[in-house]
Amino acid sequence: MTSKVISGTHFWQGNKACAEGAIAAGCRFFAGYPITPASEIGEHLAYRLPQVDGITVQMEDEIASLGAVIGASWTGAKAMTATSGPGFSLMQELIGYAFMTETPCVVVDVQRTGPSTGQATKCGQGDVMQARWGTHGDYASIALSPNSVQEMFDLTIRAFNLAETYRTPVVLLADELIAHMREQIISPQSDQITVTNRKKPKPTDKAFFNGDDVAPMPSVGEGYNVPITGSTHNEYGYRFTADRAVHRQLVENLVGKVRNNSEKIVDYETNDFNDCDVGIVSFGCTSRAVYETVDLAKKKDITVGFVRLKTIWPFPEETVRNIAKNTKVIIVPELNMREVFYEVERVVHGYVPVIPLNKIGGGEMITPEELLAKIVESVKKVD
Amino acid sequence: MSLPFCVGCGCITVINHFLRAVHELEYEDLSKFVFCSGIGCAGWIPSPYFKADSIHTPHGRSIPVATGVKLLRPDLNVVVFGGDGDIAGIGVGHLVHAARRNLDITVVMVNNMIYGMTGGQVAPTTPIGTKTTTTPYGSFEQPLDVIRLVAAAGASYVARWTTTHGEQLKEALKKAIAIKGFAFVEVVSPCPTALGRRAGFKDVAEMFRWFRDNSVLLEEAEKMAVEELASKIVVGEYVDRKIPTFTETLFETIREAKKSAKKN
Repeated sequence: MTSKVISGTHFWQGNKACAEGAIAAGCRFFAGYPITPASEIGEHLAYRLPQVDGITVQMEDEIASLGAVIGASWTGAKAMTATSGPGFSLMQELIGYAFMTETPCVVVDVQRTGPSTGQATKCGQGDVMQARWGTHGDYASIALSPNSVQEMFDLTIRAFNLAETYRTPVVLLADELIAHMREQIISPQSDQITVTNRKKPKPTDKAFFNGDDVAPMPSVGEGYNVPITGSTHNEYGYRFTADRAVHRQLVENLVGKVRNNSEKIVDYETNDFNDCDVGIVSFGCTSRAVYETVDLAKKKDITVGFVRLKTIWPFPEETVRNIAKNTKVIIVPELNMREVFYEVERVVHGYVPVIPLNKIGGGEMITPEELLAKIVESVKKVD
Repeated sequence: MSLPFCVGCGCITVINHFLRAVHELEYEDLSKFVFCSGIGCAGWIPSPYFKADSIHTPHGRSIPVATGVKLLRPDLNVVVFGGDGDIAGIGVGHLVHAARRNLDITVVMVNNMIYGMTGGQVAPTTPIGTKTTTTPYGSFEQPLDVIRLVAAAGASYVARWTTTHGEQLKEALKKAIAIKGFAFVEVVSPCPTALGRRAGFKDVAEMFRWFRDNSVLLEEAEKMAVEELASKIVVGEYVDRKIPTFTETLFETIREAKKSAKKN
């Protein structure tokens, strides 16, 4: 088991699939701090990375973990950390720094219940807004939401590719259920895997930040003498701590590179939701109940369309608007006290009613039966 | 490019001695160096004034970022500059663990005993009784002896000098750059703007004289009573030892792991 991609059909745990996906994407540095339910990612990479000339280190806390990842990324390595809510909170400081310095890196957040220590071993989906707005200031986030062990592998690769393409931190917003679940996964041959690498500068280049397009990224030790700073800076990396024009241009570019490319970034799964009675917008573990619910509703002569978010950020606005136009009511099931619900409401903008279905605590899932009951109730309301 | 430091700031002295040390070690330029620094006046020593790669991190996080750089590029000299607030206040956890690992980097802590950039608030290094903007009646906390903390945690090289000890400081910096393992140099440094004027020093020169007259060599200090040392700056080389470094043990472990994987 020393190859870079362990091709074939496997029965893997979600966290292991994430770790193997990282290796397949070219990740060669992992720094992390133990936390349930994400620890298996670091454990597996501690075993696997040395086999592929990579390094895993356990740091003194989550702040240091992301710090080391950022340092590694500036040497040209693809680097990742993995954590859960409490660690994700600590990482917010350096996530902001990674945005500001345009440092590609992947942060896996295996969500558990919160706030604070909450129920450390139990599944939750309460970090959706933290993945969007967790650090201070203005920025645009990318967060991917896997709903199977296969997607723990596939979306980890995509997270690296997006990080490299847009020079930005990318969050893999997993959850405890998906991370700890074991199911069949197909790991492709390495030549079947698309791997994107950051754009490198030409020897004459001097502008490495704040581009209208994504600027090329040098590594330290290559002779570019690049000043990297979390303070407001111009395209050469020089600090401008009071100039309003430089700050506006920088932040508009940072936000713009994600916002203007959102069509290329957004990803989702749908069924044929044309002319359906009910629409469901779901993500992560919660979405696994939706497939069965569609069949259950059919038996009651209720047609159910769905959008399953594979990118939560940027939010797939167009598709969610579309399902609203094609259904009479939208239901948003999630294991929190309403997060994606508000985003759907914003996008749907009163076109049809949006109804939340929330459950928290104990790691209990929303069952197809509960979802069906909400569907029946909602259909009665709008009829 | 003009430097941002106040008149009499010790950071300028640190720059001079550091660059002299690099020169005397026969480096033609800084292409074999990567600098990491955090927030605070000393964080601006390398960034962006040195013609080199420099990573100016958030407050206290220079050592973790330096860790990532060093592990991927063990061939480069990774040097951290920071103030006492950055390194021994908000960043003290990272400092202790980098010393424990004996991570092969050089950390230069410019200790002005105050939060200078934010306007003179009490620091973990401020002498007890000192009036600062957040201790208007005098500081009531014991300061941290950062040197002894780092030495106990397990570094290869630990030294303290003041900005008035030019030659010794330069020699210490040379050693700190050249040595394998974690090298920590504390430079006790004047901040006339945020500390000196409130602490009763008339001008920069008076602060310099105070540093000079109150410094005691480590060898002499060992013979003195604790009370005698209360307001003294104990300078010298605290640690200079050969112990395994983090990159040595890490890469050796990886080599062994690969060997045994091949056998199986």
